[in-house]
Amino acid sequence: MFRKIALSAAAALTLAAPAAHAAGAAGHVTDYEFSFEGPFGTYDQAQLQRGLQVYTQVCAACHGLQYVPLRTLTSETGPGMPEDQVRAYAEQNFQVYDEETDEWRAARPNDHFPAVESAGAPDLSLMAKARAGFSGPYGTGLNQLFKGMGGAEYIASLLTHYTGEDRVEAGTVLYENESFPGGWISMAPPLYEGAVEYMDGTEATEEQMAKDVAAFLMWTAEPKMMERKQAGFTGVLFLTVLSVLLYLTNKRIWAPIKARAKDES
Amino acid sequence: MSGIPHDHYEPKSRGEKWLHSRLPIVGLLYDTIMIPTPKNLNWMWIWGIVLTFCLALQIITGIVLVMHYTPHADLAFASVEHIMRNVNGGHMIRYLHQNGASLFFIAVYAHILRGLYYGSYKSPREITWIIGMLIYLLMMATAFMGYVLPWGQMSFWGATVITGLFGAIPFIGDTILVWLQGGPAVDNATLQRFFSLHYLLPFVIAGLVIVHIWAFHTTGNNNPTGVEVRRTSKAEAEKDTVPFWPYFVIKDLFALAVILAVFFAIVGFMPNYLGHPDNYIEADPLVTPAHIVPEWYFLPFYAILRAFDDSVWIVQFAGFITGGIIDAKFFGVLAMFGSILVLALAPWLDTSSVRSGRYRPMFKWWFWLFVVNFFVLMWAGAMPAEGIYPVIALIGATYWFAFFLVILPLLGVFEKPLPQPATIEEDFKAHASAAGGTKTVETPAE
Repeated sequence: MFRKIALSAAAALTLAAPAAHAAGAAGHVTDYEFSFEGPFGTYDQAQLQRGLQVYTQVCAACHGLQYVPLRTLTSETGPGMPEDQVRAYAEQNFQVYDEETDEWRAARPNDHFPAVESAGAPDLSLMAKARAGFSGPYGTGLNQLFKGMGGAEYIASLLTHYTGEDRVEAGTVLYENESFPGGWISMAPPLYEGAVEYMDGTEATEEQMAKDVAAFLMWTAEPKMMERKQAGFTGVLFLTVLSVLLYLTNKRIWAPIKARAKDES
Repeated sequence: MSGIPHDHYEPKSRGEKWLHSRLPIVGLLYDTIMIPTPKNLNWMWIWGIVLTFCLALQIITGIVLVMHYTPHADLAFASVEHIMRNVNGGHMIRYLHQNGASLFFIAVYAHILRGLYYGSYKSPREITWIIGMLIYLLMMATAFMGYVLPWGQMSFWGATVITGLFGAIPFIGDTILVWLQGGPAVDNATLQRFFSLHYLLPFVIAGLVIVHIWAFHTTGNNNPTGVEVRRTSKAEAEKDTVPFWPYFVIKDLFALAVILAVFFAIVGFMPNYLGHPDNYIEADPLVTPAHIVPEWYFLPFYAILRAFDDSVWIVQFAGFITGGIIDAKFFGVLAMFGSILVLALAPWLDTSSVRSGRYRPMFKWWFWLFVVNFFVLMWAGAMPAEGIYPVIALIGATYWFAFFLVILPLLGVFEKPLPQPATIEEDFKAHASAAGGTKTVETPAE
């Protein structure tokens, strides 16, 4: 009976393989390199600042960042912008509704980026964690283990994988996109060569902008990533030392008990 | 307290005597910490400490999280983001709590499988086993309700699916469903009651843990041989045992430190690996996620739940003889809860007189197949319920029930057990001398 079950289980596993492959209707995601990957990866401040520029000049028209306080742009482990620059940025770019005065006014650093609901586009604060670029193979999760969750890769891929085709469905224009699950997305291609003029002189190719804004959105989703890795590293280090000490203690206290047992046998 | 003869606490100074005659709490703690413990316990006996640690970790991090969390459908999601962004160290506390649940379940599965392999559930330890099963059920309830609190998409839809299971109960299902959810659908009322219960249940678990420890301190620990400690005299008992402090406290703490090092690496470097991306999208009753998947630790049971659809003959048969009262959905629910029930009944389903799987040549194979099957079910539970996956889940579910209802009862009759050592001392000596000719002595491991 054991044999039979083992055989049918093995047969089931081999049959499962193509089915799992077919079920993966998710789009193509390029494994872009990012500075924040891996246990010691950190955010690239210049890249985050470029990404902020892309967000402000392109994405912000339709997408909000409602969970992100503007003041965090000064974060040393984030974009690290000077305080007066953040103050000016907030004032020039965003209007917020003040509940106390019942009036609209220019944004201040202690406001959040505004939520944008007019365009029906999703908020981007957590987008880099709310999408997984990688999965499988066959439901094992190994790809995510080795490549990371792939949220930023997904965003960068989405922005660079428009095919140029579009069609009209129920009065909405849909654009073909190889990275979007299902293949047709209602967002028009937002980036084109030179869509922004980078202040640091970096050439604004489509891929460069896509990667920069993806990195920036990774930061908005996980602003404490560098602190977290630091804490994780310290924790692992201390616990490793503690393990060694406890191992030696354990060996020492058991030694007489073991020695006696060995002598008697 | 223990049936194994050993030294008890003797108050010496006047102060100690004064306290002891009024409240013998020092004596209670002394007897608990100095309990004679079989010398030959291997590394699978460390999970109890890990589990106790997990409970403490979850309660402490949980209490801190509650200081900043808002249990309201409109505010919960934003309050979690507030914790992640604005609360000092909030991101670490939240990730520790979130991944702490996974560590808790890894440890409990290892602990349960240890008990199954070494027959720890057998007489006289049935009560310990049953209390353990109650703790496990409460853990699942607590984890499920905790997952709802961030009010993400998976929180909401997971809650909808799982509470919906109770709606499958014939006749009274709809009423129970409304009662559980606090309304016609999962909403603010559901979130608030789940929050209340998520805070309450861990303390019930803590109480049951004390009873669990009390029970096995009465019977004494099981051990890898399954042979009982000799209790005829203190001298005999001391040949088989060492006091829990310091021998096993230090050993267990060493194991805990190693496990926590790995745990910290996960929390620090990949805290969202075990989570689901959809839970970073705020709950939206109007948008259903493509695949609603529970957390990994529920997947084997989720697979069993989904395995029994209309096409399975036993489901059709059950529907036929009950006149349609038991439909496929209700059958799945019964199977899911039944799978835990048969696990809890293991002390009475296992007919073998030999406790430890080490001396059961046939049981060993079935046991390891059970472990493999557990992972296969987990994997099948994560896959969409289409194509081959329900078939795999059905094979896995069948084996789960066959293991408890057919294999365990029959093995006791047909299996020829291997000779067991006469005493724990004998086993310990055999291992100690097998540990090598060098002067260094290994810690007891198998």
